[in-house]
Amino acid sequence: MPDSNTNILAVGVGGQGIILASEILTYALMNAGYDAKKSEVHGMSQRGGSVNTHIRFGKKVYSPVIKEREVDILFAFEQLEALRYFGFLKPGAMVILNNHTVNPPSVSLGIDEYPGDVPQTIKKRFPNFHLVNGLDLALKIGNSRTANIVLLGVLSKYIKVEENSWIDAISKVFPEKLININIEAFRLGREEG
Amino acid sequence: MKELLSGNEAIARGAYECGVTVATGYPGTPSTEILENIAKYEGVYAEWSPNEKVALDVAAGASFGGVRVLVAMKHVGINVAADPLFTLSYTGVKGGLVIITADDPELHSSQNEQDNRNYAKFAKIPMLEPSDSQEAKEFVKIAFEISEKYDTPVFVRTTTRISHSKSIVELHEPKRSPIPLELVKNPSKLVMLPANARKRHPIVEERLGQLKTFADEFSENKVEINNANLGIITSGVSYQYAKEVFPDYSYLKLGLIYPLPEKLIKEFAGKVEKLYVVEELDPYIEEQIKAMGINITGKDIFPICGEFNPSIVENAISPSSKQQMKEDTSLKLPPRPPNMCPGCGYRGIFYVFNKLKLFVAGDIGCYTLGFLPPLSAIDTCVSMGGSIGHAMGLDKALGDEAIGKVIAVIGDSTFLHSGITSLLDIVYNRGSSTVVILDNQTTAMTGRQEHPGTGLTLKGETAKKVDLIELCKGLGVEHVRTVDPFDLTSVEETVKEEIFRKEPSVIISQAPCVLLKSRRVKPSKPFMVFNEKCNGCKACIKLGCPAIEWKNIKDVSKTDRLTSDNKKRKGIAIIDSMLCNGCGLCQQLCKFEAIGEINA
Repeated sequence: MPDSNTNILAVGVGGQGIILASEILTYALMNAGYDAKKSEVHGMSQRGGSVNTHIRFGKKVYSPVIKEREVDILFAFEQLEALRYFGFLKPGAMVILNNHTVNPPSVSLGIDEYPGDVPQTIKKRFPNFHLVNGLDLALKIGNSRTANIVLLGVLSKYIKVEENSWIDAISKVFPEKLININIEAFRLGREEG
Repeated sequence: MKELLSGNEAIARGAYECGVTVATGYPGTPSTEILENIAKYEGVYAEWSPNEKVALDVAAGASFGGVRVLVAMKHVGINVAADPLFTLSYTGVKGGLVIITADDPELHSSQNEQDNRNYAKFAKIPMLEPSDSQEAKEFVKIAFEISEKYDTPVFVRTTTRISHSKSIVELHEPKRSPIPLELVKNPSKLVMLPANARKRHPIVEERLGQLKTFADEFSENKVEINNANLGIITSGVSYQYAKEVFPDYSYLKLGLIYPLPEKLIKEFAGKVEKLYVVEELDPYIEEQIKAMGINITGKDIFPICGEFNPSIVENAISPSSKQQMKEDTSLKLPPRPPNMCPGCGYRGIFYVFNKLKLFVAGDIGCYTLGFLPPLSAIDTCVSMGGSIGHAMGLDKALGDEAIGKVIAVIGDSTFLHSGITSLLDIVYNRGSSTVVILDNQTTAMTGRQEHPGTGLTLKGETAKKVDLIELCKGLGVEHVRTVDPFDLTSVEETVKEEIFRKEPSVIISQAPCVLLKSRRVKPSKPFMVFNEKCNGCKACIKLGCPAIEWKNIKDVSKTDRLTSDNKKRKGIAIIDSMLCNGCGLCQQLCKFEAIGEINA
């Protein structure tokens, strides 16, 4: 195990399943024998607001929140929210972006404009960039609500954790009847995303 | 066995492991999950009390009976419970009594960021502060031991970053408390008449002296000597931030933050050249250490406002590391504040308040989001239940000037928490305010907890449901009316009639929270905009519904520049069918019949 820790920042919009995906990620890291911490803010952020979750893992983790400019992987569920956290990324950080937009209120009201071509802006600054059509993939298995787990499957390709640790984590977090479809979603992301 | 637990889950687990059988509280971020989790353990009676004072009173009673009892609330909840709190310091306990105060530096979900460490000193009650989930669990157990040994309530203080961070915790089997359960009269200790209380005060002071000695020997006040040049005194999550950026400094990590271990602090100060105190919010530790005559650096380099993070700690102590901060924040992005859900029963009410240009005395709950544009219809928000008093005060101050212009708005849970007595005041003191109770059948903002008006307890048992109409009538309000908040015409008419009435009145808006799966009626079919009819007037946009978007015509195809009857338009409204749940408010506002059900 390397001495330095890995920092993942998961961002998006309340209701996209970010906190649940982060929970599974943290369980998988624990299952794999890492020290791991996850931190987020509940409450106001649940109602369609901006959400961010910090996940840190390695040999020994102190702070539950990531230092500015120390994010190794930005795990973004929404385009504008990905841009919002640019300042937290390490130079050379990896970005996994769900190709999805949700208008903030000021855009819906016609006051502000949604930023243009976000994937291109990100790719320019962070060439280590992976664009995923999470919703399309989720619809492939017939359940749009599994998009977050498809995205987690994509992320899993870049983290040194065996598949069974992920599967155990998914099985722990979901109720019985939702386990199989989410394992399917996870594998789809891991293989095709 | 190892488990990944949030600080709140760990506190609940710790209470269970040391034999807690009664737990009370009122929901409030970031404390809510403590009670929700402890309620799941077998053999634990757990209740959502109507408010925090009741929670502490019930806890005190349970403790007097000999059981170990946990009471949990957010920082401002302690203000509500402060009356019994200060005197419980005098009575002491029988079964251990531990009070969790969950503070919210940065005001992630609160109306202020008061530092409740001050309550420990103020009420002369010891306080522990964990720095991760493992400690959260263990410190609760230690707190119960201290409580019983020193005959005192004990505080455990968490902050949002401890309560809502998950880390790995080693679990243990539960053990029962050694205190016998029995009803024993002990008036000199429990009846705080002046004559008795006067005798208890010296006991409190004596106890503090004993606790100071204990603090110097307490194993969770930990000294780590590394680099002898630089020493940091800290506690809670601040320890983690400091350790992250300065792993080689020397540390005195305080597990007990009241009373402070004076001898230990002096020894530590003697071992290092330069001494810092790293603490969020008030200079609470700093002032006490300075009073010991020790030279220490704190708030002259650290902020008092807001929460810390590793960067803030690093930049304060070693400003040379500040180099690249703030580079490239050139991206100006639209903010994304939280919003009322699509289909929320509150939206129509606030739309009407806005339309009538009322001064809205507001309260604490999801409806405080009615403050945001375009609804912009909350004009005060100070404390739980405060809205009703604000309206009464405005009424008394302005007299006829306020008639027809002021209204109070409060949620069902908040009304039952601390609105009832204020409504009584309006009736008793000849006020004439109108109070709108938004009855959504739950405590929505904190994640849908039960309350006395929902018909269920925290443990899931059925309960007698308070009848809000009869309650208001019982207080003496003669004009109590109900409205369906999805009928805008009726809401507007009702509000207009009541605000001009020179007598107290209550309007109860009845619609369950849309997230309340068990009680809501099946959502209707989503609505859509018939593109050719929409003339882009933006009337529907004024609802601030997340499902409705206004698109400028330049972003729409050229063929769409005119309506079907050849009128020019600047843009069109679009409804996202994935978000819309068919509440129908927007349809009521559209004068062009451009909105209707999909498949209609």
